Order: sequence, then structure tokens, then C-alpha cells
Amino acid sequence: MRFHGGIHPDYHKGATSGKKVEPLPPPELLYVPVSQHIGAPAEPLVAPGDKVALGQLIAKSEAQLTARIHAPVSGTVREIAPHPHPSGRRVQTIVIENDGLDTVNDEVRPCPKRPEDLTFDELVALARDAGIVGMGGAGFPAHIKLASARGKIDTLLINGAECEPYLTADHRLMLEAPESILFGADLLRRCFEMERVQICVEDNKPDAVAALQAHLADFPGAEVIALPSKYPQGSEKHIIKAVTGREVPSGALPADARCAVFNVDTCASLTRAFRKGLPVHKRIVTVSGGAVAQPKNLLCRIGTPFSELVAFCGGEQGPVGKVLMGGPMMGACQFDLAAPVIKTTSGLLLLPEEKPRPETHCIRCGRCVRACPMGLAPLHLKRSLDCGELDGAVRLGLRDCIECGCCAYVCPASLDLVARFRVGKQQAVRQQKEREAAASAEK
Amino acid sequence: MDQMLTVSSSPHLHGGERTHNLMLDVLVALTPTLLLSSYLFGYRALLVAAVSVGSAVLFEYLYRKLMKKENTIADLSAAVTGLLLAFNLPVNIPLWIPVVGSFFAVVVVKQLFGGLGCNFVNPALAARVFLFSWSVHLTTFARPALDFTQYLGADAVTSATPLASLKAGALPSESLFSMLMGARGGCMGETAALLLLAGGLFLLIRGTITWQIPVSFLGTVAVLSLLFPAAGSPVEYMLYELLSGGLILGAFFMATDYVTSPVTGKGKLLFGLGCGLLTVFIRRFGGYPEGVSFSILIMNLLVWFIDKATLPRRFGKGGKRSV
Repeated sequence: MRFHGGIHPDYHKGATSGKKVEPLPPPELLYVPVSQHIGAPAEPLVAPGDKVALGQLIAKSEAQLTARIHAPVSGTVREIAPHPHPSGRRVQTIVIENDGLDTVNDEVRPCPKRPEDLTFDELVALARDAGIVGMGGAGFPAHIKLASARGKIDTLLINGAECEPYLTADHRLMLEAPESILFGADLLRRCFEMERVQICVEDNKPDAVAALQAHLADFPGAEVIALPSKYPQGSEKHIIKAVTGREVPSGALPADARCAVFNVDTCASLTRAFRKGLPVHKRIVTVSGGAVAQPKNLLCRIGTPFSELVAFCGGEQGPVGKVLMGGPMMGACQFDLAAPVIKTTSGLLLLPEEKPRPETHCIRCGRCVRACPMGLAPLHLKRSLDCGELDGAVRLGLRDCIECGCCAYVCPASLDLVARFRVGKQQAVRQQKEREAAASAEK
Repeated sequence: MDQMLTVSSSPHLHGGERTHNLMLDVLVALTPTLLLSSYLFGYRALLVAAVSVGSAVLFEYLYRKLMKKENTIADLSAAVTGLLLAFNLPVNIPLWIPVVGSFFAVVVVKQLFGGLGCNFVNPALAARVFLFSWSVHLTTFARPALDFTQYLGADAVTSATPLASLKAGALPSESLFSMLMGARGGCMGETAALLLLAGGLFLLIRGTITWQIPVSFLGTVAVLSLLFPAAGSPVEYMLYELLSGGLILGAFFMATDYVTSPVTGKGKLLFGLGCGLLTVFIRRFGGYPEGVSFSILIMNLLVWFIDKATLPRRFGKGGKRSV
């Protein structure tokens, strides 16, 4: 099964796909933002001067949708203040002075239960207590996803597509820790009381497929699927479509298509939480992009400033145009390398300087329509937005846009389509809120 | 890192396609036909093409300059319009005609509506129809000065154009082979069916155009001619209809104009179907032997509606939220 649309960009993965993950020595100062996920920021539980141990809970919130934050090293809290964040904003950040000892917190201990005895509620608690979020880049809190999918699904998918060019973090994880991914996937399968769990990998990573398959004997419920390589195969909606043929309805959740999808790194994080009791405190980051001297896959502590990663990879090579967190299709530009690695940092890309590509007029060639994996007509959306017709754009499906960038990638007029749609979506949300407020005020 | 970094919206990769590359593809695809025309009709074919392209580019340049807008001749769309206009003219046309045509195409049809992407009918075709004001010049077709098919033993005595013969209810005197090779009277771009087909194929392989419009346009004409032949055997009649006039040029190069054709596959099929129906209708019942230009122009006017009626199927449409 395939999904409609999508593109076949140059993947540029060769620079790092063969390189073993190297641990990056934790720096002296770590900057741990209280917001690394979708949902409410966590509130600090520590104060400047407090001693913290590795894995200690340092921020949490009572909000519904949120995730917990833990100390990535042991040391002393130096300050809690706004600091540059990969999102481009300044975010409340807990700065920890590393004592270099990595003293592990007392509360970090393996789950006392056997995997087959773990209940669903315990799994949810495990994910929540370990601060696990969608590690593929979305950052949706895993415990909320688990709870919302409970009893509603008949298909459990593990996403190892990693369709973004350059990124090889998940690829390396699949090669170097396949057992850990399968163990986490199997935990999910047991708790959802499913017969099987399917690990989906793009067929441009045959070695990853083989590595996972080599361990399947230990996990009879697991199955590895090689999907055709096409961007955005790793999008939750499109991986579901590709495997099951089902479409997540517009504006709905995967559970509405009776599916749940978890990233391979999310599975590995569950395993780490179950076996060792360790919360999310480090992750694999691909440092690549053509303007970095030695592209590498690094195992970084959360809170490590991007500048440390660049320095460890031999610095820049040639003039750098952009620095991105994430992949080149959906990643966000960085302007301050003081911003730190967070839970969703799958890559740090240094792209070489490029000649600017000025926008010209839409020639209605229809390439965007053919490329859009959501079945939208980006040129019509743009036209509506350019004319100030927000309602018209919403009727044409503006809010379905997943900002994957396929339309802009193929556009011969180099139109900045995604930027317009992103702004349009924000305006649409604001407008809806205003209308709802006005409607309730009238009552 | 002390230098300034660029900050922009995603995506940060681009496939590399540019408008001027697409236009260049069209120019390349038309070149073999232009060369054959100048071989068949003499150097004047090149002269007409040069005047037409040159004046189209000049008018675009002057208009943008005069209106203090950024210059757009580098996108090559004016050159394409000029060349297509030349292909729609007989070789022996007075040279002021392509100049007037280029002015109408570039300034009136395209720039007055905002430039490339904003015009709603094909500029070259609209100019051709405008030039019918001087219809004597447009319908006096030269016979090929040089007819290489003679050496191949083919019959090459030309009197009326093939379309005029078909209109009169008789098969043209040219053999189908001559029609394919270009040894017949007509506009520059109406003669060498084989090379136009090759150019069209080039555009298809390059992905510059998609198959829907040429296939549905030509297919519709083929099926209708096969079903309702006016002379000869149905297959023979169908082949003459397909190879006559500007049909091949129209189906591959004019109807596929991005700006004035629908954007979805379904829409393109409908558009081609409409073009085919109207072409056959005009050729058979109209007052003029050729209907390709009119049919495309009429369908151009329906593009907005076709686009609206053939929006792609949205992902997840029809599903219900359960929470």
C-alpha cells in the first residue's frame, strides 16, 4: 500500500549512516528547558544551589498534557532563567553545573515486575515518570498517547521510517540497539493486549531491517516491515496509510483509525525506563549537513548546547548558511548555538550557504498538487490566503496541512508555501477561538 | 561561530526545478520542428520565428520597464509565447504581423492581467485569433519550397491544405507519410507531425508536461473521427484528422500551457476531452476548417470552474472522528 503524493529528495544519509554512535562528553554547564514537548511547560521543583543527581525529577506540571523533566547529569543547579531554546524563543531553563560524577539518583531503579506482568496503568506510569515523549521529533507525551489509545486500537506500529534527509539517529539506534527497540515494542504489545506489533522501516535501510530481524526469535509477536522509501513516509498518518490502508480522518487522532504509532527511540526509552529506571536524559543526535567538518552520530545529554556538538564534530567546514534542529524538510532554523539539545533533537544540521532563491509568480504547474500527501491543492490555499480569505483556505483544508514541505520542495517558482500555511493555520486557530468567545459572550 | 546565520521557514531543501528551466524545455522541444520548417520552407521560417520571439521578448521588457516592475524576460515565457505564435503563422506572412501578434499576446493578454501566471487564456493562441483580423495573410499557405519526400518516391502535389480537403469531405491528396514528415502546406508548426510528436514525447519524459491533456485531447479526436468518418476508411480518416492542422502542436504545446490549464489530473483529462470535442465539432460544423485554437481558448475560459470541480481527494476525507 502506498500513500498519494510525496517526494523523493536526495537523502544525503551516507555521510553518517555508517558511523557508530559516539558518546559526547557532557559539558560543564547543561541547559535543561522546562518545555521540550507538546503541552504545558513543566514547573521547576529545584532552586538555585540545590544538588541534583542524574535522573532526578527536576520539573513537572499538574496540567493534563505535559511531560516531566529530569536531570541529565549530577551537579548543582546554578540558576533558573530564560535561555535560548531550539524553538527560537527564550524558555525558562534549569542550568545545571555538572560535577562530572554522574551520581545516579536513588530513585532510579529497575522496574520490579516481569515484563509479562506489567499492567497498562503501570506502563502509562512508567512512560510518564520517565518523561518519555515522541522521540521522532513531534514530542507528544507518550503517556498521554498511551492512555488515549487504550482499548481503541487493533494495530500497533513502531515508526523507524526516518524519512527526513540527512538524519540517521534512528537508523543507528536500529543497528546498534535492535533488541532494546524490540523489547520496548513488545512491552507496548503486551500492554495493549495485541497479537503483534509491526516495526516499519524504509527499504533504503536494509541493514536496519536485517538487524531487527536477527532478534525476532526472542519476540514472537513482533514483525518487521520494509516500506518503500518516500518522503514523508515517517509521518504518523502516512505510515498508517502505508501499512493498513486506513486514513486518519481529518482533524482526528491515529486512534480514530484504530492505530497507535510509536517511534523506535520511544520504544528504546521505554526499555531503558523499565530495565534501569532511567528517565530520558540523553539521546542520539545526527550532526551533519555538508558544512560540518566531521559528520557524526552523537549520544548527547539533554541540555548540551549545540555549540558543543559542532565543536566535537570538528567545527564548520566552509561558509554555513543555516543551522537546523531536525531534518531539512521540517527542521527549525537556529540562530543561537547556545540553544540546547532537547528530547526531540534528532539532528543538528549545518547547511552550506546557498544562493537565495527568490520567489517568482505561481505558474499553476500543478506540481504542488501532485506532491501534497494530504490531497490538498497548495496553490489554491496560497491564493486564498494571499487574498485574505482565511475561511476559504480552511474550507480547502488548510488545517489538514502537516507542513511536510513537499509542495515547496517541488515549486518551480520557489514559493514559500509552508511559511504561509503555518501562519494561516495559526490565524485560523485564533479566529476560531475569537468566534467561540464571541458566541459564548452572546449567550 | 561569529557569522550571521540565515533563518527561514522549512523546508530547507529544494528540488531545483525553476520556471525558466521548464520554459527552456519547451523551447528545446520545439527546436527540431523549427529547423525542419526552415529546411522545408527556406530561411524565411527562421526569420519569422526570430521576429516573433524577438518582439515578444522586447515587448515584455519594455512593458515591465515602463511599469517599473522587475524584469521577467529571463523566465523565458515571453520567448516561448513568441515561438509558439510563429508556429501558428504561415511562413510567407508579412513580418509586421508577428510583431502585432506578439504585442497582443505579451502586453494585452499576459501583462495587463499581471504577467506570467495571471493570464486566463493562452497568449499565443489569443494573438493568433486576434490576427485573424488580417485573415488573408493567415490563410495563404506556402507550399514547401523543398520537398524531400519526392526523393522517397512519395506523392507531394499540394493544392489546398489537408484540412480544407477534409472540410470539403475528401481525403487530402497528400499521403499519410507526407503528412507525418511535414511535406504539406500549412503554418510552420502544423507541418512536421513527427517532430512535434518527438518534442511532445521529450516534454513527457522530462516531466515538463503530464500525459493527461495530450492523451485525452488526441484520444477524443481519434475516437470521434473513427466513429464518424466523413471520407475514406475510418482508420485512414482518423489518421488524417490527427495529423492535420495544429492538433499535435495544440495538444502537446498549447493546451498543456500550465497557466491556462487545470492543475489536477482529473481536471486535465476533462480539459483535454473538452478540447477534443470542440475541435471535432468546429472542424466538422464550423465555418472555419481548423478548430484547435478556438477549442483550447474556449476551454481556457472553463479552467477556473474545472479546477474547482476537480479538487483532489483530501486525505482522511469522509472519515469520522470517534473522540
